Amino acid sequence: MQSETITQSKISVKDLNFYYGKFHALKNINLEIPENKVTAFIGPSGCGKSTLLRTFNRMFELYPEQRAEGSIVLDGENLLTSKEDVALIRAKVGMVFQKPTPFPMSIFDNIAFGVKLFENLSKSEMEDRVEWALRKAALWGEVKDKLQQSGSGLSGGQQQRLCIARGIAIKPEVLLLDEPCSALDPISTAKVEELIIELKQDYTVVIVTHNMQQAARCSDFTAYMYLGDLVEFGPTEQMFFKPQRKETEDYITGRFG
Amino acid sequence: MSYQPSIGDGVPDSNSSSHLFPTRMNNSTHKSSQRINGLVDRLFGWAALFAACLTLSMLMGILLSLVSGAWPAIHEYGFGFLTRSVWDPVKSEFGGLVMIYGTLATSIIALAIAVPVSFGIALFLTELSPAWLKRPLGTAIELLAAIPSIVYGMWGLLVFGPILSAYVQIPLQKLLGSVPIVGALVGGPPVGIGILSAGIILAIMIIPFIASVMRDVFEVTPPLLKESAYALGSTTWEVVSKVVLPYTKAGVIGGIMLGLGRALGETMAVTFVIGNMNQLNSISFFEPANSITSALANEFAEASTGLHQASLIYLGLVLFFITFVVLTLSKLLLSRMRKNEGTSS
Amino acid sequence: MSQGKVAKFEARKRTNQIAIASSMAAMAFGLIWLIWILWQTIFLGIHGLSVATFTEMTPAPNDPGGIANALYGSFVMVMLATFVGTPIGVMAGIYLAEYNPKGQLSNVTRFVNEILLSAPSIVIGLFVYTLVVARFNTFSGWAGILALALIVIPVVIRTTENMLLLVPYGLREAAYALGAPKWKVIIGITLKAARSGVVTGILLAVARISGETAPLLFTSLNNQFWTSSLNGPVASLPVTIFKFAMSPYQNWQELAWAGVFLITLAVLGLNILARVLTRQKS
Repeated sequence: MQSETITQSKISVKDLNFYYGKFHALKNINLEIPENKVTAFIGPSGCGKSTLLRTFNRMFELYPEQRAEGSIVLDGENLLTSKEDVALIRAKVGMVFQKPTPFPMSIFDNIAFGVKLFENLSKSEMEDRVEWALRKAALWGEVKDKLQQSGSGLSGGQQQRLCIARGIAIKPEVLLLDEPCSALDPISTAKVEELIIELKQDYTVVIVTHNMQQAARCSDFTAYMYLGDLVEFGPTEQMFFKPQRKETEDYITGRFG
Repeated sequence: MSYQPSIGDGVPDSNSSSHLFPTRMNNSTHKSSQRINGLVDRLFGWAALFAACLTLSMLMGILLSLVSGAWPAIHEYGFGFLTRSVWDPVKSEFGGLVMIYGTLATSIIALAIAVPVSFGIALFLTELSPAWLKRPLGTAIELLAAIPSIVYGMWGLLVFGPILSAYVQIPLQKLLGSVPIVGALVGGPPVGIGILSAGIILAIMIIPFIASVMRDVFEVTPPLLKESAYALGSTTWEVVSKVVLPYTKAGVIGGIMLGLGRALGETMAVTFVIGNMNQLNSISFFEPANSITSALANEFAEASTGLHQASLIYLGLVLFFITFVVLTLSKLLLSRMRKNEGTSS
Repeated sequence: MSQGKVAKFEARKRTNQIAIASSMAAMAFGLIWLIWILWQTIFLGIHGLSVATFTEMTPAPNDPGGIANALYGSFVMVMLATFVGTPIGVMAGIYLAEYNPKGQLSNVTRFVNEILLSAPSIVIGLFVYTLVVARFNTFSGWAGILALALIVIPVVIRTTENMLLLVPYGLREAAYALGAPKWKVIIGITLKAARSGVVTGILLAVARISGETAPLLFTSLNNQFWTSSLNGPVASLPVTIFKFAMSPYQNWQELAWAGVFLITLAVLGLNILARVLTRQKS
């Protein structure tokens, strides 16, 4: 049970407020996401954990009634006000969603899709990249003989790992996972959780989960949210065994939620 | 008049607090009402079945009547009818090539214009339009579809034609008239009628139709799928062209084929502006011409029974056949595409 | 970010901007035609409109007159065609939705219905011609009504079936559980629940046949005078417009614009009414 040493902060969130129309969904969030660690957001339904996650890659901008105020600093730049085109930001901050979303194309093309957007790779370089991503996602063995087949022919767990591979292939710096296992069976879930722990060597991982045991298993740091507030944030072991706030303890021990 | 269901007819009911169902009754009324109900039930079922079969017999009837009406011409010309271009009621010699060409040429021009425009409109309505604008614009496009074709035809002849002539045809002729091949396409009298005119009017007519189908199909794309593409750093155009379009391609092609079917069978919009010439003097798009529907519209009522009328009905049969094939093809394509998603890109 | 990546991204951004601009242009393109056509129709239509339009018969060229007989003829034929076609369409829709939705007959009927929906309406006219006009050796209003009814039926079948299928199955089960016979469940519960959708479908069918010209061209033909009998040729608005608009006479053209204006008014009005009904329901 080693305690975590002070680690570098990859994303600094300061005074973040988020609105769905008039509804104040995130209230004054202040948070440091540590680099090369897995951070979990937990909390009951509607607490704002997915909302917070989706600010990190400005996904909310697709919907005009949603807006964010405050600062989210990544590599020295505030993502919310950056002059950089949002597409470039999203190439740095990858995301995997609750339900597997294979594109209507072959497995190979699914992985290559994101890469082709930003890089001009030769045929063999692309094949190497696809293999690398699929190996990282622990899917290579299962699909290497059917790369030209449709992505939708895979099982649910495989599809989700395909989406993870797709997200990794563009070599982002941060990986956001929004309840990645909620649509999966227990065996696939276990495989994905192994993957998450391995991924932190190369990426900063933030995962939203409604499954506390999953957070306890996979993450190094945990943030507990409730009704739009960040109630407590700290190393996972400390959060689960010696939470500092009563609300956190109530949630963890299942007294509500 | 709308269908007025009558409820509770013929069912003896001792307490009628609810009109809909038989309430608790004593045994004797129960048995007789059951019998009546059973009878009505059977009759109702038969009536529904009969109505459904009527639909089938309609199709059969149409085919039979067309074939029998066209028989004299079929007997006389066989399939050669489709490649003959003579049309002489006086000498009683007929051939359908001019009309078939007119129908196909106008429809192809219509599709060439309508498909990209419809795609642009569907793209705008689903991805670019601000929320408050979506419904009114969508409604506007659908209202365009509701306007009867005779309005398009009349407007085309009396309003659009002269403008097409002055601002498009005459300048085009000046510009391209001496270019080989292309020049031949823009020769002919630039008076605002002809194949080009009819094609453009048709395009305007089928745009709302194809655009609403495309929009409906784009809209059922799962948002999570689009978000996945955005999350990888795609631009809006890339998300639509590389993810949404492949995902919806069955619906898109189906919508285009439906639009084609509509264009092929359209009568009034074409009849007003196509020029009603039964001879084709040249391949120019400015030349007055005829389509199957316009020939029928103009000549059938006065055609003498015999070869003239039979030839016209033969044309109608050809048109029906073409529309049938297009529709069936679109349905086949739809089901085949669903199966084949992603085996090769 | 590397130079190569930035350059590629600039190109992609440019493509995106071109695509967006083209899409907006397409939208504007579509709207321009709508506005232009409606504007001309309203402007020229109102110009040709007067009390006489509604009270006088169709005149000889260059004589004053109106289109009263055409209006009457259209009204009667559309009403009767709806009367005839709607029950058949609704019953067939009921069969497809309630009596064997997945059966072979239903699948074939659906397919055939789709074809009839998209069939050129002029072919329907030809069919009725051979069936009725040639048989009885006269153009007639009855033939026109039959042709229009044959167009109403596929539309009503499709909308009725779709609306009935939207009714949640639990509703039917509750009725059956009370011991209701099938026909009562259908009429008293399912059809009632789908009522506004079915009515909307009928309204749309009426709107559609109000503007149809081709099927009338060789069934009811046209008639210069007033007639209350449907046994012979009957004047109708679309056919009268066709004849007048293609002619070189100015007063005929003015009457044609008035007629077109009235048809557009009726058709758009019915469509908007149908929309309002649908929105009220939801």
